[in-house]
Amino acid sequence: MSVLIYAESENGSLRKGAFEVASYAKGVADALGTTVTAVTINVSDVSVLGTYGVSKVLQVSNDSLEKFQAKSYSSIIAEAAKAEDSKVIILSSSTNSKYVAPLLGVALNAAVASNVVSLPKSTSPFVVERTAFTNKAFQDTQLNSEVKIICVSSNAYGIKEAEGSAAAEAFSPTIDSGSLEVVSIDKATDKVSIADAEVVVSGGRGLKGPENWHLIEDLADVLGAATACSKPVSDMGWRPHSEHVGQTGKPVATNLYIAVGISGAIQHLAGINASKVKVVVNTDPEAPFFKAADYGVVGDAFEVVPQLIEKLKEFKSAN
Amino acid sequence: MKILVCISHVPDTTSKINFTDGDTKFDTNGVSFVINPNDEFGLTRAMWFKEKQGASVDVVNVGGADTEPTIRKCLAIGADNAIRVNADPSDSFFVAQELASVAKNGGYDLIIAGRESIDYNGGVVPGMLAALLDANFVNTCISLEVDGTSATAVREIDGGKETIKATLPLVIGGQKGLVEESDLRIPNMRGIMMARKKPLTVIEPTGTASQSQPSSFSKPEPKGSVKLVSADNLDELIGLLHNEAKVI
Ligand SMILES: Cc1cc2nc3c(=O)[nH]c(=O)nc-3n(C[C@H](O)[C@H](O)[C@H](O)COP(=O)(O)OP(=O)(O)OC[C@H]3O[C@@H](n4cnc5c(N)ncnc54)[C@H](O)[C@@H]3O)c2cc1C
Repeated sequence: MSVLIYAESENGSLRKGAFEVASYAKGVADALGTTVTAVTINVSDVSVLGTYGVSKVLQVSNDSLEKFQAKSYSSIIAEAAKAEDSKVIILSSSTNSKYVAPLLGVALNAAVASNVVSLPKSTSPFVVERTAFTNKAFQDTQLNSEVKIICVSSNAYGIKEAEGSAAAEAFSPTIDSGSLEVVSIDKATDKVSIADAEVVVSGGRGLKGPENWHLIEDLADVLGAATACSKPVSDMGWRPHSEHVGQTGKPVATNLYIAVGISGAIQHLAGINASKVKVVVNTDPEAPFFKAADYGVVGDAFEVVPQLIEKLKEFKSAN
Repeated sequence: MKILVCISHVPDTTSKINFTDGDTKFDTNGVSFVINPNDEFGLTRAMWFKEKQGASVDVVNVGGADTEPTIRKCLAIGADNAIRVNADPSDSFFVAQELASVAKNGGYDLIIAGRESIDYNGGVVPGMLAALLDANFVNTCISLEVDGTSATAVREIDGGKETIKATLPLVIGGQKGLVEESDLRIPNMRGIMMARKKPLTVIEPTGTASQSQPSSFSKPEPKGSVKLVSADNLDELIGLLHNEAKVI
């Protein structure tokens, strides 16, 4: 009856999201009076999961799983859920977890609640709070199926340490590998992705052209941040589509979001509103972004950003 | 090739979001509805297949009669047939079941859905639909080519992209990238006239039960006002981010 999580990893290391999912699951398990079991795929050292409330780890090791495949991952998690007789399964809101969740939902005849932001409001009936209308509202949803799947919104619950340790055991499920063939993966290994970043620096049309993007990149570099952009910037080809954030682009839920030369249109704000702290740099004091931001600088990006980079460098070397 | 495009009817992105009936229902008063943006990229890609490679394009929506203007717009853009499953799209599982039933009856080679709808943002329907059909599935799809019975799709992943080969039948959860913003079509007069004559078949739901139900809505707390920092005093900004916000 344990609460089951899929602890996501990449190249053999657990992702930060796995710790948040574990922390959240511990909260759910406490409410249900049970424990947390994690499934890991090709991770050799899983002991750290104990620090976040996991008491048992089902460790799957299989060379055929080197590349992520939603179908095979779903079949593994489904078998683990059956082995553990789990009624609540918790995943992150990463691209891969959201790919797996609906397949798992059908396999286990389970309702799937995505973008869940807090611990269940009640466990009987089972009610969770999720975001709706791209962060413009919250929706309480009652899950009536026997098995329930929750995708936790990233950064909404946070990482919480717990006492205890995790006992690992090898798990060898039957894998349904499906018939998709991953031909190639094209991924910048030297850059933080928007999904994993603690800080995102985002540029808009106010930067005038792609040739000025060193401002955004340098600012991101000092902060160890990912770079993003507004929709017109990607539509005009100044930046790749993968950087487009907002209601019709990627969602952003970081600790710090810095918007440079972005007006703050409703569609842009909807997608980034889940970020904890927002900073805006814009020449126009009337720009709507100032109504959504925590901190604002009315000023020209071409003057403010270079100074900010220098000052942050000084700050970083002193701290 | 037979293509089915799943269309969700959603509030325009600029809509004010309010609730009625003791915060249990979305207030549609004064809200204009549009084709879900992710679905529109998919529909436009479907039109490309129709024009360049030869394909028939059907659209399907699970919804009440109020969604018909949105469905007609898809016909005006160039879809051949429309199907409306006459039911309230109560939850993802229910919608996926209804779509699966339409898809099975139609024998489609390619089913294009949007990665998520911008109203409830579930992102669950396309995957459930694929699983119910036992078809191949590519989510967050940003490029799709079809050659005979095989497809090459590009999927967006965190921090990059992945190229996938799959055989039809295939279901995708699509988004921008399938086509560019500038490829989107505004229906012209001729399209609108023709759409009036195209079939829009209304069918009753199969009656599967849903697995979840929304109970109530709420809105985020209003935000406190912004703290302005002078452009000449960026040390103050760094101080605030470090000491007050504790994010650097
Ligand atoms: C259906 C739909 C979906 C959409 N989805 C999205 C989405 O997902 N994401 C998104 O971002 N947008 C989206 N949009 C577009 C959105 O409405 C805005 O058009 C867009 O966000 C504006 O981008 P921007 O802020 O970069 O440009 P602008 O609105 O042109 O703003 C540029 C800003 O830069 C400032 N500026 C100019 N020069 C300087 C300078 N030297 N220094 C500092 N500031 C300067 C200006 O004061 C201005 O505020 C969508 C629109 C529609 C209709």
